[in-house]
Amino acid sequence: MSTPRTRIGSGAGFAGDRVEPAVDLLNRARLDDLVLECLAERTIALGQQRRLADPDTGYDPRLLDRFERLLPIATARGVRVVTNMGAANPIAAGAQTRRLLDRIGSPATVAAVTGDDVLASLDLDAPALEDGRPLRAHGEIVSANAYLGADAIWPALDAGADVVVTGRVADPSLFLAPLAHRLGWDLADPASAAAGTVVGHLLECAGQLTGGYFADPGYKDVPGLAELGFPFADVTGDGTARLGKLPDTGGLLSRATVREQLLYEITDPGAYHTPDVVLDLRQLAVTEQGRDAVLVTGAVGRPRPDRLKVSVGYRAGHRVEAEISYVGPNADRRAVLAGEVVAARLAGTGLAPRIEVHGAVPVAASQGAAIPVGWAEDAPVPECRLRVAALSHDRALVETVGHEVEALYTNGPAGGGGVRVRSGEVIGIVSTLIPRSSVRPAVTLMEAADARPTA
Amino acid sequence: MRVLLHELAHCRAGDKGNTATLSVFPYDDADYPLLVRELTADRVRAHLASHVGGEVVRYELPNLVALHFVCHQVVDGGVTTSLALDTHGKTLSSRLLSLPLDLEDRR
Repeated sequence: MSTPRTRIGSGAGFAGDRVEPAVDLLNRARLDDLVLECLAERTIALGQQRRLADPDTGYDPRLLDRFERLLPIATARGVRVVTNMGAANPIAAGAQTRRLLDRIGSPATVAAVTGDDVLASLDLDAPALEDGRPLRAHGEIVSANAYLGADAIWPALDAGADVVVTGRVADPSLFLAPLAHRLGWDLADPASAAAGTVVGHLLECAGQLTGGYFADPGYKDVPGLAELGFPFADVTGDGTARLGKLPDTGGLLSRATVREQLLYEITDPGAYHTPDVVLDLRQLAVTEQGRDAVLVTGAVGRPRPDRLKVSVGYRAGHRVEAEISYVGPNADRRAVLAGEVVAARLAGTGLAPRIEVHGAVPVAASQGAAIPVGWAEDAPVPECRLRVAALSHDRALVETVGHEVEALYTNGPAGGGGVRVRSGEVIGIVSTLIPRSSVRPAVTLMEAADARPTA
Repeated sequence: MRVLLHELAHCRAGDKGNTATLSVFPYDDADYPLLVRELTADRVRAHLASHVGGEVVRYELPNLVALHFVCHQVVDGGVTTSLALDTHGKTLSSRLLSLPLDLEDRR
């Protein structure tokens, strides 16, 4: 028998990602697994807020929209799906998924992974990694979620789950778990964990590997960006990964796109800490193998850290952003004067607003489909936009910033227009480390017409 | 000859809280030694002075033909509580590419 091999696809790289490329992967790529990464740092804190208001919510609000498109295809084709769309409530997300599968008559098994919520046991006097101050000093704490690893997902895969819904799990672990399970890897083996973590790190942002967030016209051209396809990886038992994308999709998968994604958000290329491994990227080899095919080998791993990172959400106050435009001759000086007027009117409130003028260079604009190229040169009319932003726990005070910018209409310099004001509550995020032993992941299986907890 | 870094290299920004990562890749691998020589951590720190308040650490990655800069204490950083327009600092990559390089006749 030849060396084992599996194909894993990336179906979402953030909560707002497009769905069509994932549908295309399911239909045409003959995947074994599809992973959807949809959980940014503070998304879970926002989910926690929703859950406090309604115990049946707190998971990704787009979960059902996505799954209604994806699961009928995935279950029909036998593609296993792993996602962190459970956010602050994986059990409720699992139950919703179960109902959806029942509705379409699928016997597929759902598993919810929990245990990342450590708010009840967290020492709030522990220092934040960011500034060394005690966690509780930052504000009212509303959430605390540990980054679980691949080992938390493993029991769900062992139990035969077809759809796995998690809360906070380290992004690469969402990929490492199904890879290791398919390929018979031991998660305790740093070499395997490193290889799978590299694949997960490269795939976790979906289209960012295949030419999304890459194009720079005339310098880095990406064909068919509007029809950007998402990536998959063919991974073999020895840890070799061949990255690819579907034919007849837009985008670009090259040594350049892979290297950009490889170092994305890496704060130490020799020691990238995940719950599964300490990864060394420095000796990786990235080799193009023809069009839209790149081979990645050479990941080095050291044993996983003893402590897990915890993302802690706190109430940081209310933020307002207010803007107004000035156009034409002397636009910059009128915008600056407007900023000075707002600053003077807010003086003494205790607010420390950020006041800035953007632009001064003509901006292209259009009403229809095409943005007129070269418009700026034909009509060199300067455009400036004053922006005032502030943050405070005093909501009423924050609202006055918007009022003062709007008041520039009749109480400010000549010719201001296009006021927009936005405000909302801000959840801040700080982090800390806790011993691995204080986190207890659990899996809840939800089989067809049944929902029973297991160890 | 004075050229912008943009002519020689491409860059990707990433963010972890108020730390920004900036990875720089020459279009032509042969320009890597030039980037190692010219694009020091101090130059990057100076060019981004109004945006980066803390230390800039440079990692040389010859195997990947990349320079990787880890910038600490991004001003107004912290995705969640920042008052900046670009709360992530994603546009720092293009800011870095506007860095001018004074080159002798290269080849």
